[in-house]
Amino acid sequence: MDVNKNSYTFTFAAVMVVVVAAVLSFAATSLKDRQDNNVRLEKMQNILESINVEIDREGAEGVYKDYIKQELVVNNSQPVLGLEAFDIELSKEVIKTPEERNAPLYIAEKDGETYFILPLRGKGLWGPIWGYISLKKNVSTIFGATFDHKSETPGLGAEINTEVFTSLFPAKEVLDNSGAFTGITVMKGNAEGPHEVNGISGGTITSVGVQDMIQDCMKSYIPFLKSYEASNTASMRSENSNPIASND
Amino acid sequence: MAEVQEIKKQAREREALFSKKNRKLITDPLDDSNPITVQVLGICSALAITVKLYPALVMSVSVLFVLAVGNVIISLMRNYIPNRIRIIVQLVVVASLVILVDQVLKAFVYDVSKELSVFVGLIITNCIIMGRFEAFALANSPWKSFLDGLGNAFGYAWILLAVAFFRELLGSGQLFGYQVVPRSWYLTEGGVYSDNGLMLLPPMALITVGIIIWVQRSKNTALIEED
Repeated sequence: MDVNKNSYTFTFAAVMVVVVAAVLSFAATSLKDRQDNNVRLEKMQNILESINVEIDREGAEGVYKDYIKQELVVNNSQPVLGLEAFDIELSKEVIKTPEERNAPLYIAEKDGETYFILPLRGKGLWGPIWGYISLKKNVSTIFGATFDHKSETPGLGAEINTEVFTSLFPAKEVLDNSGAFTGITVMKGNAEGPHEVNGISGGTITSVGVQDMIQDCMKSYIPFLKSYEASNTASMRSENSNPIASND
Repeated sequence: MAEVQEIKKQAREREALFSKKNRKLITDPLDDSNPITVQVLGICSALAITVKLYPALVMSVSVLFVLAVGNVIISLMRNYIPNRIRIIVQLVVVASLVILVDQVLKAFVYDVSKELSVFVGLIITNCIIMGRFEAFALANSPWKSFLDGLGNAFGYAWILLAVAFFRELLGSGQLFGYQVVPRSWYLTEGGVYSDNGLMLLPPMALITVGIIIWVQRSKNTALIEED
């Protein structure tokens, strides 16, 4: 058989393409359910991590409902009905202005305290970065944070998903004393103020990406959270005659 | 003529699986024909992902798999591949193997796949793989090609890990993410030591590879060119 004949070359190429396409699409479709499930479980795991619940991916689904009491979608400070917060693709929402977004919000309860979990998404150096930040009831103090990235440089920008970086966020404030939104500034060292954290050396662009992401995404929530919290505290006051119990 | 072929065939059948020649296929690429330091292939990935040991290890294992399996596939097809499109065929084999591996990892070991995601593209572009397909697998039997794939992948891996070892140790004071330089040595803690941030940047990877080449050539003088 002459393997260098034109007709053979064409046949070989055609058969090869069909075989490869069949193998790859079979692999992709038969593994898709498993892959999607992994992504879903990881999302639950990340959400739980932002309120400092450490759990492996397999266990995330089991305890998710124990902590996450409510899932809301917020659009321009108004709750939106008929949308599943968990299924919203943040990548499609962040290209709109903060007022037009359908922003998912998770309300969690841990050890009797209520926390607001805000999903974030922004740009790093090489690709998207995302994360979750949980706020305490006063809508200002950060309780926990978790970040992740698609393709930041290992050892540099990729360090945003390590505890070294995320542990800088708890106890920082996103509102100033007058209640105006300030966000968190990522500094080149010497971060001291309540609105500042240290960035990653060698990962400046990614660090600034985190800062911009927080600044941009939180805007969709702060007015809603303030009014939500105010109405909630008021209703709790009327139910409970002891004001201290609702004020802690 | 038929007799000669018969003798050749017998000789081939009699050759042990790990004959001296076959063992050389594995040991040669570790030193004398090392893909990175002697053939200067796969330099891009040696620079890009050696900031830390763990990604370097993941990359080495991925290349090991793709190179060994790809070599065998190309070797099995070697008598059927049309000469004019052989490079395209090789590329298709590498690319499909990598995609297949990525899909399987995503489904079964999700964490590893996250670690690997950045490197998938880099595996396909790694010249070592195409180089071995073209130079070895197209002309040799599957078993030899398999050994050649293993050998070259090991040769690639040890350089990668050596570079990553020095870069992670001197650049961030860690190995595999664990702090090995005592915290109390650091300037910020009142000590006299400071990590060398330059080690984290690509130029130092090139210099580290250069130093390895220097050490290797001064030990193995057969590698030194005559002029």
